[in-house]
Amino acid sequence: MAEVEINDKVVRKEDKPQLIVDGKRLDGRGFEELRPIKMEAGILKRADGSCYLEMGRNKVVAAVYGPREVHPRHLQDPSKAVIRYRYNMAPFSVEERKRPGPDRRSVEISKVSREAYEPIIMKELFPRSGIDIFVEVLQADAGTRTACLNAATVALVDAGIPMKGLISSVAVAKVEGVLVLDPMKEEDNFGEADVPFAFVIRNGKIESIALLQMDGRMSVEEMKKATEMAKKGAMQIYELQRETIMKKYSKEDVD
Amino acid sequence: MSGIGSSRKLVLPGDLVGTNPRAAGYGTYVENGRVYAKIMGLLDKSDNIIRIIPLKGRYIPSEGDTVIGIVKEVASNGWNLDIYSPYPAFLPASENPELKPGRKLNEVLDLDDSVITKVVSIDPRMKVTLTMKDKICRPIRFGRIVAINPTRVPRVIGKKGSMIKLLKNELGVQIIVGQNGLIWLSGDRKKVDVVEEAIYIIEEGAHTEGLTDRITEFIKKRKKEGIKNGRS
Repeated sequence: MAEVEINDKVVRKEDKPQLIVDGKRLDGRGFEELRPIKMEAGILKRADGSCYLEMGRNKVVAAVYGPREVHPRHLQDPSKAVIRYRYNMAPFSVEERKRPGPDRRSVEISKVSREAYEPIIMKELFPRSGIDIFVEVLQADAGTRTACLNAATVALVDAGIPMKGLISSVAVAKVEGVLVLDPMKEEDNFGEADVPFAFVIRNGKIESIALLQMDGRMSVEEMKKATEMAKKGAMQIYELQRETIMKKYSKEDVD
Repeated sequence: MSGIGSSRKLVLPGDLVGTNPRAAGYGTYVENGRVYAKIMGLLDKSDNIIRIIPLKGRYIPSEGDTVIGIVKEVASNGWNLDIYSPYPAFLPASENPELKPGRKLNEVLDLDDSVITKVVSIDPRMKVTLTMKDKICRPIRFGRIVAINPTRVPRVIGKKGSMIKLLKNELGVQIIVGQNGLIWLSGDRKKVDVVEEAIYIIEEGAHTEGLTDRITEFIKKRKKEGIKNGRS
């Protein structure tokens, strides 16, 4: 029996595929091109708001519950609502089975994502209550936190939660010395840097940055260019998010 | 495309809906003298008011609302009710006229009983107090409770109660609508079936034009069918 060693955890240099060929990326995309995105709102009946999202080979589902009573009680805040955000990866979402449950990475992502939403959700309107956001990654292919943020925004709108604006999120990576928008797994694994962005968009304009992380290194000039690229990408996602909601609720005005 | 879409635009949180802060109404917020939407909903804009008709959301109690609640706990001095909102409600024993001296609280209202009550007060900490001292208030011992999204309640009631009147007059069913989205129906079982179905149609098609006409049509259709069924 011919046995081949696969899924070697150590990434060897010779395994690295050529990521950019003739000015095109591995999957044929240009440098400033997003992966195809598919979204659907209101897929979960028991949740107040929900969204299923595919971003390339990422598949995530977001559910929003609330405002509702907070348990355990001591977490209640008498002046505003508490927001809870849970990012979780399914054990089957990655190539090698991931141990189920929260780990260092998912706890961190949950925290930064929650902090992205804290300033835009109008918490003061619902004292002593809680808003729960759950996002499950069913299939991962780099940039899951950005995909989850995009899905969570649609789910929050679908739940009728008051917000100052919407959040759209996309990452920029540096591979083989060039900046690429919305990296996929190969580019994330073998690239030199990965920078996820999340923007607050109000009335079709980017108002502020809600989340910014960086893994790897980039020069100041590259960072500036990356921000511009991410802004363009986020605007495209914003339009898709709007369309998704419109699609679900436009049947309200059709007989 | 007929319907409201042409006159009432669907807006999302953060959309600019006006520039007159004085006109800012429900579902909007003001920043730097501009009016933005804070919830998803349909924009209802006139010269002196800009408001957003919500399409989704939980029931937030307000004073004077009629609500239907379900007893979740019998305490020594009253009942804790679930009113399908983020906040539990309390019905003090003193606010229930049915409680005569010598009767125990759980003999009057027990766990899982449903009650039609009114909200008397909400303190700043969102502690909701209910009362049964009103002629509309009563424990529910028979009939049926239908649950809908609380944002659709105004359409079930209709302009000045027109929709409710229509259902009551056409079918002779007793209807009490709780602001929290629970509706109590009582009467002939077959007629209650029709009303229940009609309510779901209203919920589905809320915010569309000509809803009253469609409901009238629907009831007519069901009535004809009902006669046919009766004969065969």
